[in-house]
Amino acid sequence: MALVLTEEQQLLRDTATQFFQERVPVANLRRLRDTKEPAGFDRGAWKEMADLGFAGILISEKYGGTDFGPVGLGLVLEQAGRTLAASPLVSTVLLCGSAVQLAGSATQRQDILPAIAAGELIMALALEEGPHHNPTHIATRAVAEGSSYRISGKKTFVLDGHVADRLIVAARTSGKDDDKSGITLFLVDAKTKGVSIERTLMVDSRNAANISFDNVVVSADNVLGSVDGGTDVLDQVLDIARIGLSAELLGLVQAVFDQTVDYLKERKQFGVVIGSFQALKHRAADMFAEIELCRSVVLDALSALEARRNDVPQAASLAKARLSDTARVVTNEGLQMHGGMGMTDQFDVGLYMKRARVAAATFGDGNFHRDRYATLEGF
Amino acid sequence: MEPIEKFRQETREWLEANCPASMRTSMPEEETPWGGRNATWANPDSKVWLDRMASRGWTAPTWPREYGGGGLTKEESLVLGQEMRRIKARQPLSSFGLWMLGPALLEFANEEQKREHLPPIVRGEIRWCQGYSEPGAGSDLAGLQTKAEDKGDYYLVNGQKIWTSYADKADWIFCLVRTDTAKKHDGISFLLFDMTTPGVEARPITMISGASPFCETFFTDVKVPKKNLVGELNKGWTIAKRLLQHERDMISGMGLGSGVGSSASLEALAKDYFGEANGRVASAALREHIAKQKMDGKAFALTLQRTAEEAKAGIGTGAASSIFKYYGTELNKRRYELLLEILGTQGLGWEGEGFTEEELGVTRSWLRSKGNSIEGGTSEVQLNVVAKRVLGLPD
Ligand SMILES: Cc1cc2nc3c(=O)[nH]c(=O)nc-3n(C[C@H](O)[C@H](O)[C@H](O)COP(=O)(O)OP(=O)(O)OC[C@H]3O[C@@H](n4cnc5c(N)ncnc54)[C@H](O)[C@@H]3O)c2cc1C
Repeated sequence: MALVLTEEQQLLRDTATQFFQERVPVANLRRLRDTKEPAGFDRGAWKEMADLGFAGILISEKYGGTDFGPVGLGLVLEQAGRTLAASPLVSTVLLCGSAVQLAGSATQRQDILPAIAAGELIMALALEEGPHHNPTHIATRAVAEGSSYRISGKKTFVLDGHVADRLIVAARTSGKDDDKSGITLFLVDAKTKGVSIERTLMVDSRNAANISFDNVVVSADNVLGSVDGGTDVLDQVLDIARIGLSAELLGLVQAVFDQTVDYLKERKQFGVVIGSFQALKHRAADMFAEIELCRSVVLDALSALEARRNDVPQAASLAKARLSDTARVVTNEGLQMHGGMGMTDQFDVGLYMKRARVAAATFGDGNFHRDRYATLEGF
Repeated sequence: MEPIEKFRQETREWLEANCPASMRTSMPEEETPWGGRNATWANPDSKVWLDRMASRGWTAPTWPREYGGGGLTKEESLVLGQEMRRIKARQPLSSFGLWMLGPALLEFANEEQKREHLPPIVRGEIRWCQGYSEPGAGSDLAGLQTKAEDKGDYYLVNGQKIWTSYADKADWIFCLVRTDTAKKHDGISFLLFDMTTPGVEARPITMISGASPFCETFFTDVKVPKKNLVGELNKGWTIAKRLLQHERDMISGMGLGSGVGSSASLEALAKDYFGEANGRVASAALREHIAKQKMDGKAFALTLQRTAEEAKAGIGTGAASSIFKYYGTELNKRRYELLLEILGTQGLGWEGEGFTEEELGVTRSWLRSKGNSIEGGTSEVQLNVVAKRVLGLPD
């Protein structure tokens, strides 16, 4: 496990902590929500994040990135999770940046990676087609026509879909809707004719979109990786995103828990602080135990990525399942222990709860990942 | 070659030459090497193995050589453990003396006491039991009433202990006694005495698992030499608490699934007893429960590893270790519940024909596992401790 941070990583963590606390506190998310900000995230803050090197964290120096690696990224995401900072980190950096880095041609890399690292290009992965994460159920079709492809289909829950400049679309080039093989990834400019994008307003006030592709024509140069070989890339990219989201959820869970324990020491009823009631103490202690285990699985998953271990899929599912479930418990308990105050919009715990649910549903919740873990372990 | 690698190589060679073949198999309950004056050896190799390991002090690898220990550094001791696991060598000695009393004596006892008691523990010659709990003092241990009166050249002990594991088989007892009735915590002392002293009587109590490992232990005018007081008079509570930490560390390891029924994995048993469909456990609900159990077990193991690595690197607060006893024992109890669900009625036999040894072992171990969250401080008490010491919540 990567427990002892290098000097570079410590610096990164301190920078990230300060940046999110000061520049992107929870109030920032409220403002985006209340002003119905069309972009759905703070473009100024994103530019600053890029300047701090966060956008290029997984990108090699050759393409203008900082190459701090997965552990570095985990540190940043954990801090972002603490303040519910909305940014294109997941869509652009974790998903699309990784996909291009893994599968892109030299031209595609040159074209895309430096722009991502500079914070100038927003990208989104158009993958899901139903209400549950299912990366191999792809009905969207891409039919070859000479040196181009014609794509038709509907995508849902595309993170940052309505602000993306370019999309990576998972489309079927062969086989049946539920086949594991036969999926191809395409780079598609969001303004291409036939692409219509509709923003969906999600409960966590973050960005997602429904996108339909109506006979969208792209040239064969825009295939990312090999034809019919998309699943392999998707598997790797999704695991990076799952681990990243787990790191974000770790920060979220820790923030809610800390706030709740503070409240238990502050709020008085029956002439004593409510934290002296054993019914609440035991639930708090139990959550503490679960969160300690959360921290271990997230660190292990980040280390697995960093060391390119061959159990990355297991580590990703372990982390995503545990963090999704613990985030549900801790936000529910946090709300309950704040009494009526917890039910108010003015109070932050509700915002944390909403984000926890969306992050849990993103790329597989506890049920999905327990099932996947069992399959990976051969039972 | 690095000194540690040299040590590894020598250790490997020594173990290869000295660990009997039958000591490299998983251990049936009845072969547990408890040692002691009245030790029984269901497998004679257990005795050979114990004596060979003890001759090097390797039953207590890190204890100083002058007290019979191995005098190994932490790192060497880790290597020894790795090399033993490599050949699946059994632990040569199971002993409350090793796990609980010894570490406390090393910290709190005087020179004479260390020389008298530690070497026989290392060699497995004296078996110890723990006289803490009383009928009126369980979770509230400091409320204990067993009394020791100063009679000039000895203490006179009167009272009763309960749940004393293996009191009927032990040679000596480490015992908490009240030496000042006016104070609670500051009126407790830590005494050692021989179980054959006149006035000591141990009556076994049958547990739900059918075994009788623990006893009611009565003391009637038991004369204990004054030199057997450890630490200062009325200062036994500090020693008692430190010893409990060692006990909890020992019990926490259970969450990792040692013990009966763990040689076959949950999923392999489930495929066996439920059947499989397309390589999956046939029951989807059970499959999910097994996945959850395995994932929690893995997360717990990673947390033990993380805490150890943090301690080694001198970072972190060590706060996570406060959850080990609670989490590890609850996890172990859930594991046995799951084993029972997997085995169905084959996991509900009591004795006789119709059940394999392993099935009956699971049933008995399931029952025994219920005690894990009671012994050494209950789960509720562990949660109280976390709430108070780690989270800072008030009483
Ligand atoms: C298998 C086994 C082996 C043992 N071996 C030994 C041994 O060798 N030597 C020895 O001295 N003792 C031994 N014990 C005893 C053990 O330490 C005690 O059983 C334990 O400390 C609990 O005490 P009690 O049984 O009196 O339960 P009680 O303290 O009466 O507890 C009853 C219930 O009340 C709860 N409770 C009590 N206080 C609180 C509180 N403040 N807040 C919330 N809930 C509370 C408990 O958690 C429990 O659920 C053994 C026990 C078992 C089961």
